[in-house]
Amino acid sequence: MEFLYYMGDVFTPINFGLLLLGTIGGLILGATPGLSPTMTVALMIPFTFKLEPQQGLILLGAAYTSTVAGGAVSAILLKIPGAPANIATTLDGHTMAQKGEGAKALQISFIASAIGGLFGVFLLIFLTPVLATWALAFGPSELFWLAILGVTVIGTLDSSSVVKGLLSGCIGLWLATIGFDDIMGAQRFIFHSSVSGGINVIPALIGLFAIPQVIAMFAKGRSNVDAEIIVVQRHPIGAAFREVFSRKRALAIGTAVGSIIGLIPGVGGQIAGLVAYDQSKKMSPESAKFGTGHPEGVIAAESANNAMVGPSLVPLLTLSIPGSPTAAVLLGGLLIHGIFPGPALFTQYPEVVWPFINSMLVGQILMCVFGLLIAGWAANVARVPRAVMAAVVLGLAVFGSYSVGHSMGDVYVMAALGLAMYFLERFGFSAAPLVLGLILGPIAEANFMQGAMIANATIGQMAYFFTGWLNWLLILIVLASIGYSIWMELLQRRYTTKEDAQA
Amino acid sequence: MKKWIAGAALALTAMTGTAMADGHGDYPERPVMLMVSYGAGGATDFQARIVTMTAGNEDALNMPIAILNKSGAGGRVGWNWLAGAEADGYTLGAYNVPHFIAQSIEGGVDYSTDSFEPIANWGADPAVFVVGADSEFNSMDDVIAYATANPGGLTFSGAGLFVGHHIAALQLEKAAGVELAYIPNNAGGAGAMRAVIAGEVLGGVNNLSDAFRAREAGTVKILGVFDLERNSFIDDVPTLIEQGYDIDNASVNYRGVMVPAGTDQAIIDHLAAVVPTMFENGRVASRMAAGGSPMHIMNRAEVQEMWAQRQVTLEALLADL
Repeated sequence: MEFLYYMGDVFTPINFGLLLLGTIGGLILGATPGLSPTMTVALMIPFTFKLEPQQGLILLGAAYTSTVAGGAVSAILLKIPGAPANIATTLDGHTMAQKGEGAKALQISFIASAIGGLFGVFLLIFLTPVLATWALAFGPSELFWLAILGVTVIGTLDSSSVVKGLLSGCIGLWLATIGFDDIMGAQRFIFHSSVSGGINVIPALIGLFAIPQVIAMFAKGRSNVDAEIIVVQRHPIGAAFREVFSRKRALAIGTAVGSIIGLIPGVGGQIAGLVAYDQSKKMSPESAKFGTGHPEGVIAAESANNAMVGPSLVPLLTLSIPGSPTAAVLLGGLLIHGIFPGPALFTQYPEVVWPFINSMLVGQILMCVFGLLIAGWAANVARVPRAVMAAVVLGLAVFGSYSVGHSMGDVYVMAALGLAMYFLERFGFSAAPLVLGLILGPIAEANFMQGAMIANATIGQMAYFFTGWLNWLLILIVLASIGYSIWMELLQRRYTTKEDAQA
Repeated sequence: MKKWIAGAALALTAMTGTAMADGHGDYPERPVMLMVSYGAGGATDFQARIVTMTAGNEDALNMPIAILNKSGAGGRVGWNWLAGAEADGYTLGAYNVPHFIAQSIEGGVDYSTDSFEPIANWGADPAVFVVGADSEFNSMDDVIAYATANPGGLTFSGAGLFVGHHIAALQLEKAAGVELAYIPNNAGGAGAMRAVIAGEVLGGVNNLSDAFRAREAGTVKILGVFDLERNSFIDDVPTLIEQGYDIDNASVNYRGVMVPAGTDQAIIDHLAAVVPTMFENGRVASRMAAGGSPMHIMNRAEVQEMWAQRQVTLEALLADL
C-alpha cells in the first residue's frame, strides 16, 4: 500500500502539470502515424534533463501510458496503426468509423484502454516479485514456441479463408528474412539498398494498412460524392461505459492476455493485441461479427495493449534489464539522474519510483477523460470528403514512414508494400496475418538459432526444446489452436456444401 | 528552449532536403546532426545524448547537435548510410570500435576505416565476464576448468557476432586454448545479460557499465575485465591478464565521433579542436558518472592511432574464423 503514501506527490501543482503535459503530449504524439511509443518517450527524455528525477519520471510515465492509447486514434480513424500494438484495433475499429460509429469506437477504445491499463499497473504494484520470475522463465525455447503459437493464429486472423490467411502469413515471414539476419549477420534478399537493414515494421504497417485504402479512395474518384456522405452518429459517454461493461468476456480476455504476454521481454508488446483479438474471437458466440465493426474486437485489442504497459516494466524495475525498447528508453531516463533500477530501487528511491508508478495510474484515468472529450469531435474525420481524406492519409503515411529513421528507403518500402497489398486485398488476402508473419519471423528464427546453439553445446536439441512444463504447456496450446482452426474450417465446409446442395 | 527550436529547424531542413550553401568561415551555421547506428535507449544512444548536450554552448560548437538513430543489423545500416552521406560537415556519426572495423573485415558492408575520419573519442566501455549471482564459478580459472572438462560445453552469451563481446570471446578461446560455446543474442547486451541472470547460459561477456548496474542489483558476479587495467567502477575485479590470460584491450568498446571521408579539412580541424573540450565539460562528466558510463577522452591523433592498431589486431584475430 506504499503507493498510496506517495499518491500526494503526484498532485503537487508542478507534478500534476507535468502529468497533464505528458498525457496530452503522449496522446497527440501517439496519434501521429510513425511515432511509436518508444519514439515518443525518447523525444520526451531531453525535457527531463533539467527536471528533478521525480518530476522527470512522472512526465515519462504519463507519456508512456497515453501514447499507447493514442495510437488507437489513428488506427480507428485513418486505419494507420501507430505501432504494432494497435494493429488489431484497426480491424474492427476502422470498420466502425466507416459506418459512422467512430465516436463510439473511440470511446470504447479509451475506456477499455484505461481498464486494461489500470489492471496492468496494479499488477506491477502488487505482484512485482512474482512477475519477475515469470519474465525470466521465457528462454529461447519458450520464446520459440510462443512465436509458433503466434503463427497458428495467422490462419484464423481476419481472413476469408484459412489458406489465404496462411499464404499472407508466409509472405510476411519471407519479408522478415530480408536484410542481415539477427544472429549470424548473413545478408539475405538485399536486392535494393532501401532494404539493406531489413523491412522496418512501422513503415510496413503504414503501407500495408493505409495505402490500399488510399488507392481505393482515389479509384472511386469523384463519382456521386453526395450520396456517400457518412452520417457521424453521436454516442453518449454513459452508453459507451455500459457497452464496455456488458462485453465482459472480451474485456477480461484482453486484459488477461495483455498482462501475461506483455511481461515477456521483447515479444509481448508487439503481439499482445493480436493474440487477445484472436482469442476473444475464438471464444465469442458471435465470432462471425469480428472484422465487421464489432465493439468486442476493439475492446479486446485495446484493453490488451494497455494492460501490457505496467507489466512490461517489471524486468526493468526489478532486474535492471529493459524488457522492451520503450523500457530501454526509460532506463536512460533513470540513469541520467543516477538512479539504478534493481531490487534496491524501491527502498533507495521510493520518492521517485512510487510517484512514477502512480503517474501511470493517474495517467490512465486522465488519458481516458481526455480521450472521451475528444472522441465525439474527432469522429468527424469520417465526414471529410474522400478525395481530401485520401490525400491527407497519403501525406501522413509518407511523413510517418520517413520520420522513423529519416530515410527515403523506408518511404519506398511503405509505398511498394502498400501497392502490392492493394492487389492482394482484391484477391481476398488481408494485411493483419501478413504483418503478424513479419513480426513473428525474426522472433521464431533468432530464438530457434540461439536455442539450437545452446542445445548443441549442452543437452541436444530434442531435449532442449521438449523439456520443461512451460515448453509443454506452449506446445499443447499450439496443438489446441491448430485443432480448433481445422475444426472450424471443417464445420464451415459442411455448411457450405449443405447450402450448395440446397441450391 | 532555443535548442528545441533549432532541433525542429534541423528536422525541417532534413525533411525538405534543402542544402544550404556553405562557406566554411562561420562553421557551423546551423544545427549539426549526429547519426547513432543503434536504437534509442541503447548505451551508445544514451551516452551520445549526454556528451552532446552542451554542444550549443558558446565555447563549444555554438550550435546544438541533434541525434539521429539509424539502427539495424548490429550497426551496419547506420554506418553504411554514413559512408555514403553528404560530407558537408553537418553530418557526423558515432563510431563503435571494434564493431565497425570487425564488420568491415568480415565484409558485406560499404565501409572500412578509410570511409571515415575520426574526430574524438568520448568513452571506453570494457567487456567483462559475468556469471549469475548463484553460479559456482568464482574466478576465470573456475570457468576455464569447466570448459576444459567439457570442451565446447561452456555456453556464454554476448551481444552478437563481430562486436566487442565476440572479439573478447575469441580472445578468451585463443588465450585459454579451449573450445567455448559463444551464443550471440539477438536482443543485444540487455538480452545477453537476461540470459545470464535467467540461467539459460553458464556465463556471458557484457559491457562493464551494464554489468556494474546488474551487480548493484545483486543479480550477477563479475569475474574478469577484458582490459589492460582494472576499472575504477569495479576496482575489486581483476583483469584477465592478472588471472594469467594473455588478452589485451582489443575488445574494449570505444565510442566517439567521426565524419564521412571527404569532409573539408578545415571543418575536421575545427571539430577536432572543439569536440574534445565539449566532452570535458563538468556537467557531461557528472551525468556520465551517474549513469555508470566510463569516460575516456582521446583526441583525433590518438583515435587515428587506435583505429590503425585495431585494424591490425582484428585482421589477425578474425583470419582464423
